[in-house]
This record gives sequence, structure tokens and C-alpha cells, in this order.
Amino acid sequence: MIPAVAARSGGDFRPRRLRRKLFGAAFGVACFVATSIGVVVLFIMIRSVVVQLSDVPIFEFLYKLTGRFGSIDPDRSGYKAGIWGTVWLLSLVIFLAIPVGVGAAVFLEEYSAPNRLRRFIQTNIANLAGVPSIVYGILGLALFARAFGLKRLALGPTLWTGSLTLGLLVLPVIVITTQEALRTVPASLRQGALALGGSRWQVIRDHVLPCALPGIMTGTILAISRAIGETAPLLMVGAAASIPLVPRSPFDRYTALPVEIYHYAKEADPGFKPVASGGILILLAILFLMNSVAIVLRNRRAASNRG
Amino acid sequence: MNPEPRVGGDAETAPRTQSQSSPTGDVSALKTSPAGDSAEAIAPPRSTDAVLETHNLSVYYNTLLALREITIAIPRNRITALIGPSGCGKSTLLRCFNRMNDLIPGARSEGNLWFEGVDIAASSTDPVTLRRRIGMVFQRPNPFPKTIYQNVAWGARINGYQGDMDELVERSLRRAALWDEVKGKLRESGLELSGGQQQRLCIARTLAVEPEVILMDEPCSALDPVSTARVEDLMDDLKDEYTIVIVTHNMQQARRVSDMTACLMPDEALADGHRTGVLAEFSATDRLFTNPKDPRTEAYITGRIG
Repeated sequence: MIPAVAARSGGDFRPRRLRRKLFGAAFGVACFVATSIGVVVLFIMIRSVVVQLSDVPIFEFLYKLTGRFGSIDPDRSGYKAGIWGTVWLLSLVIFLAIPVGVGAAVFLEEYSAPNRLRRFIQTNIANLAGVPSIVYGILGLALFARAFGLKRLALGPTLWTGSLTLGLLVLPVIVITTQEALRTVPASLRQGALALGGSRWQVIRDHVLPCALPGIMTGTILAISRAIGETAPLLMVGAAASIPLVPRSPFDRYTALPVEIYHYAKEADPGFKPVASGGILILLAILFLMNSVAIVLRNRRAASNRG
Repeated sequence: MNPEPRVGGDAETAPRTQSQSSPTGDVSALKTSPAGDSAEAIAPPRSTDAVLETHNLSVYYNTLLALREITIAIPRNRITALIGPSGCGKSTLLRCFNRMNDLIPGARSEGNLWFEGVDIAASSTDPVTLRRRIGMVFQRPNPFPKTIYQNVAWGARINGYQGDMDELVERSLRRAALWDEVKGKLRESGLELSGGQQQRLCIARTLAVEPEVILMDEPCSALDPVSTARVEDLMDDLKDEYTIVIVTHNMQQARRVSDMTACLMPDEALADGHRTGVLAEFSATDRLFTNPKDPRTEAYITGRIG
């Protein structure tokens, strides 16, 4: 017999309501602190940069920086070459890495059989995502800049070399996040489309990719944003410290914003300090702008998925 | 309803009228069948009005036998219900007919399976072509996250429909008894509709590719009684032009809508709790419900099993 009455009056249960409530509240506070750390750090970072610029009209100063090339005179130095170099790199990386990364993810998720080969590829891609960026720099130097000593194929310290290297760097991240986005597409959607006589390609093109697009974009935005800030691999593959020219084609020499910032920041002349700080603000502004545009695009896409 | 020539190449190789007069064609088709049991691979005598036929069809999921030796003939322009307790393989059998089981890793079948005399399971049979001719409506309404218009038009467009798309969309929605409710909002999302409307939208998009058979996998189990009644009325309308196979848990529904009923039963449970489905009885619905021959069927329909 089950002692029903005993259970109602407490019995084997010890609810410990107060304890549970306190634990719940403490957990919530801990999560809030964790969130705040990120925001506070970002705030301190921007503040410490802005402090360097406290005695100049900040927007005017930044605007001036965007119009000048590098120079030995801090009052005549700026980031014109770096900004254009970064814009070029960004466009080329998007053009190179997104089709390859999304293609690889579609193959792994939609076409390949779940066998040992796929697991092998999958493990390697996951490992690649964790490789330090300087290693990609060495790879880019050997593979693209020098082409293992084959002079005809060597790209030298050009935009191609830089963007191919950065493209390789972000590729694993794009593949992994795209795969995750593809996995969130409900099976019922695929089945419904296949049951109407859609071929695999038609189903992927018209249903799976549009449905996964917001997720793919989120991952890609994060990956590309990382690439823009990368300095180490670009130093490795020969981005110029500072050059007085705007690249006209992918075969031109270039410099990039973070590379220029790095060089200004290690100058002995204290006059370069505000220049370096200004560069950081410009870089942050570009990142912020890019992320905002991408997020707006993504949200618009997500809205059209719902309706 | 269907003035355009059939797209499916398989139909041309074995038209309905010739399938009886050219048995050699069927035999050669059988030889390409992956069925391991060659002794069983004889063309069974087909009645002219059977659209889908199986002969000793067994289905495995990896090493697990899900269905054992099902032999059944689905008659043309009739509604055939598949009933039976959970886990007896009703949906598995349904998904064999349009090769949706191909999508499940480890699923394979033995025995024979024909659609209009064409070996469904043969590797030479293109599942994409097959699925246009054998449509499917799923348990949960799964409209595409697109407009109502695009939901209906997509299947026709990707299958190369050349006619007037607006006209086809209207005709399909009318046929699915949904036109009057959605005609003013064709550009709105299919997901905005109620569950019952979504399911009729799914039926409309299936009709838009002009199939010959419609497979329905518990199409009303996620719907309220009013929506269920509408879908059932619709099925009754559609059977003049289509052959319908419906899986249902609802015995009243099978009784109301179907002409023929197949009762599947789990065989004795295996040691690990998995069960193998077998065909207990297949006959006219009236007879099966009033005078079941198989004791298991009787036990099931009177509520003693399941």
C-alpha cells in the first residue's frame, strides 16, 4: 500500500524552498556579473584609447587620419593606405572564403555519408579552427608568397597573399558554423520538399540554404570580423609597415589597418600615441559598422523565413 | 485535370494498358531488383486496378526487422487505410511507396514493390521522378516558410510545369478546399494559417504536381475535430482522381473514409523490446470492421490491443 496521506503531509520530501530560491537568485547574479565583465572591459578599453585623444577634437582628428598616408612626422601620419588595404582584404576574403566554406559545409552535411572519412575530415576542420593565426602566417608565406620557391607562382607580399592567408584562417570557422546552421533546418522541411519530387540540389537551393542563411551569416560575420583584426599573419606574409599608396589591384602591395596601428604604437616618438589610438577607434568603427550592416541583413532574412 | 503528358520516364516504359500484355518487361525489371531472395522474385498475378503492390516485402533498419513479408495490393481510385498499434510499421510501409525510407541511414528492403508495374526499389528507378507521381502528406503540417502562393507553386515549378502558374495555384487550392479562405492573401506566409488550413495547404501543394497516388501519414493527428472533418471530406472528393493510402491511429477515421483497410500487427516482441510488423488482415473496410477474420484484428478493433 502507498501511504498517500503521509506523502501529503511531507513524508519523504524535503522541499527546502528557501535554499532553492537562494541558489536560483545567486545563479542569476553570477550570470549578470559574467555579462557585465564583457561590457565593462569594452568600456575601459575604449576609454583608455579616448583618454589619449582628450586634448584634440576627436571626430575632426579621426577624419584627418583617414586622409593621410604614413609618415615619420606624427602630425602628418594617417591610415589612408591601411583603410583601403583592409577594405580590399575584407572584400577578397569574403569572395574567397564564403563560397568555399559554405560549399564544404553543404557537402559534409547534405551529401557525404556519415562514415569514417567524414569523421576524419570533421575532426581536422575542428582542429584547424584552433590553430594559432601565426601558423597560418607561416603557411601563407610558404604557400602563397613564395609558392615553395616556384618564382612564377609566387604572389609575393601582395593583396592576394594576404587575403588567401586570412581566407584560410577563417575557413574552418565558416565551415563549422555553417554546418551547425544547416543542422537546425527541420527535417520536416526537407522531407516536404523531397516528397514533392524535388532533387537534392533543388531542395538545398530553395529551402535548406534560405532557412539556414541567418545562422550562416552570424557565423560568417564573426569569422570575418576576426580576420579584419588579425595582425600576426599579415606581418608574416609581408604587409608593408606603411606605404604611401592605395592598392589598385589584388596584385599590389598593401598595408592593413591593424598592421599600421601596430607600427605606430611601437614608435618611440610620443607624438604617435594619439595616432595609434585614433587608428584603434577607426578599426573599431569599421568593425561596428560591418557587424551592424550584417546583423540588419540577417534579421531581414530571418523575418522573411518566418513569413 | 491532367492534360499534359506524364513527365515520369518510367510510365512510358510500362504503361498501364501494356503492363499485362508484356510480362517479359516485368521479369527483366525484376532482375534488376536488389531483392536477395530470388526464389520469391516472381511477378505475382496483378489485378488491373492495383496501383501499388508489394510481394513479401520486408524492411530492415540496420539489422532490425521492422516489417516482415508484407504482400498487399492497393486498388486504384480507392482510399486504403493502414491501421494497427504503435510500432507495427504502418508508416514504414507508407514510406516505402515513395522511397522516403532512403533518407533513413541503414534502412533497406527485401522483396518486391511495384508502382504501375515498375519496380520501386530498383536502383534504376529515380526516387525524384517517383515522388512526383506518388505524393505525400505528413503527420504534422509542414508548409514551407514562404508565401501561400509559393508553397503551392514550388513543386510544380521545379518539376518544369509550363502552364499558367496562377491558374494551377488556384485550381490546386480549390481542389484542396482552401481557395475561399486564402484567395485574398496568397502573398502572406503559409505559416500564418491555422493548423487545419496548413494541412490543406500541404495537400494543395501535393495536388499541384499532379500525382497519381497520395500517401497520408496520420494527416489529422495534429488537427482538431472540425479540421479533421474537413480533411476527411476532402479525401472523399479526391478519390475519384487519386489513389489514397492513409495511415491512421484512429479506427473511426479508417471506418469513415476508407474503402479498404489493412491491419498491421506487431509480431511477438523480440528480446530487446523491438517489434516486427506483419500484415494481419487486408480486406474491404466494412468487412474488416464487422467481421474480422484474424483474431488479432478483432482484438485490436474492439480495443483489446493497442
